[in-house]
Amino acid sequence: MHELSLLDNVRTILEEHARSQQFEIVDKITLEIGALSCIESEALRFAFDTVMNNSLAQHAQLTIKHIAGQGRCVACGKMTPMRELYDTCLHCGHFQLDILSGLEMKITELEVR
Amino acid sequence: MCGICGCGESGSPKKWVPVSQANALLLTPSHSHSHTHRVEESDDQHRLIQMEVDLLSKNNAYAEKNRAYFKAHGIFVLNLVSSPGAGKTTLLVETIKALASHFPISVIEGDQQTEHDAQRIRATGARALQINTGRVCHLEAQGIAQAVAQLGVEDKSFLAIENVGNLVCPSAFDLGEAHKVVVLSVTEGDDKPIKYADMFYAADLMIINKMDLLPYVDFDVARCIAFAKQVNPSIEIITLSTTKGDNFAQWTAWLQNAMQAATHSPEL
Repeated sequence: MHELSLLDNVRTILEEHARSQQFEIVDKITLEIGALSCIESEALRFAFDTVMNNSLAQHAQLTIKHIAGQGRCVACGKMTPMRELYDTCLHCGHFQLDILSGLEMKITELEVR
Repeated sequence: MCGICGCGESGSPKKWVPVSQANALLLTPSHSHSHTHRVEESDDQHRLIQMEVDLLSKNNAYAEKNRAYFKAHGIFVLNLVSSPGAGKTTLLVETIKALASHFPISVIEGDQQTEHDAQRIRATGARALQINTGRVCHLEAQGIAQAVAQLGVEDKSFLAIENVGNLVCPSAFDLGEAHKVVVLSVTEGDDKPIKYADMFYAADLMIINKMDLLPYVDFDVARCIAFAKQVNPSIEIITLSTTKGDNFAQWTAWLQNAMQAATHSPEL
């Protein structure tokens, strides 16, 4: 359940930004989570309210944008969709793919006042 | 890369940038700026802030500090990960016995509870510190910095971090180590590399341990290696038995080579 630790980090980031950018309440938080990242979105949603309780984001709405995984095959050079880290190239079956997207896990937008 | 302005810089935001300034920065080819961009403000004080802050940014910042410290002091660090019971502590005990005459060795032990593992390491004469994570399922970089200071890790030494037995959570948390080493034993399933792909993707070396038990279990070594290579084509693999000593020298040789490579390269 490392999602708890990551949400604790989100709470710290919000508190730091609230000081530097002078806001008191967070109404909306948007996260981008890649399909190949180690984060389970449902676990994030489950723990979100608990971690944000009594914080400036205790009533905030959480939006999670899912980023699809995509890799470039080292062998044939073609782009291939990836749902798992162990996916092989759709075109030639090679294992080695350079991951171009899907590992994201970041805060991208806050709506604050 | 900053996805908002495409400037190629990353890192945590440092300060607020007004929209006018952010727009101006977008037009300047060489610039340095915060990655927080305020884009809108309405009358009722609501505003939208766009940013690119990694959820692991706090841990990663501590990890980079650790890495710089280890580099400056010539400390070679491995982060050992596995399921509970794969044999990490026994592997470390035997490693200390084999290599203690070559360089100082210290160990940071991560477990939810008890001092048992640190006591086993101390019995070899090496320095060991136990971190009890309580309900937390992994070690984080900030805790390592504190442990290193408390332990008094010597310059030009080897530091092993034995992570909490867990093939899921520790994969995401960089501790500042040179390499993650994943230990898998033949009493587990041979498909663990694809069941727990994040960990095998993050590791540089996989040790298949308890090879002496292979005749008694249903574990296909070739299948396991194929799965690991499918997740991570560049992963190195050593099969050994810690308790019987079979092939153990291959591991100690790997460790010494990696230590030498790290110590002599600009990036530890």
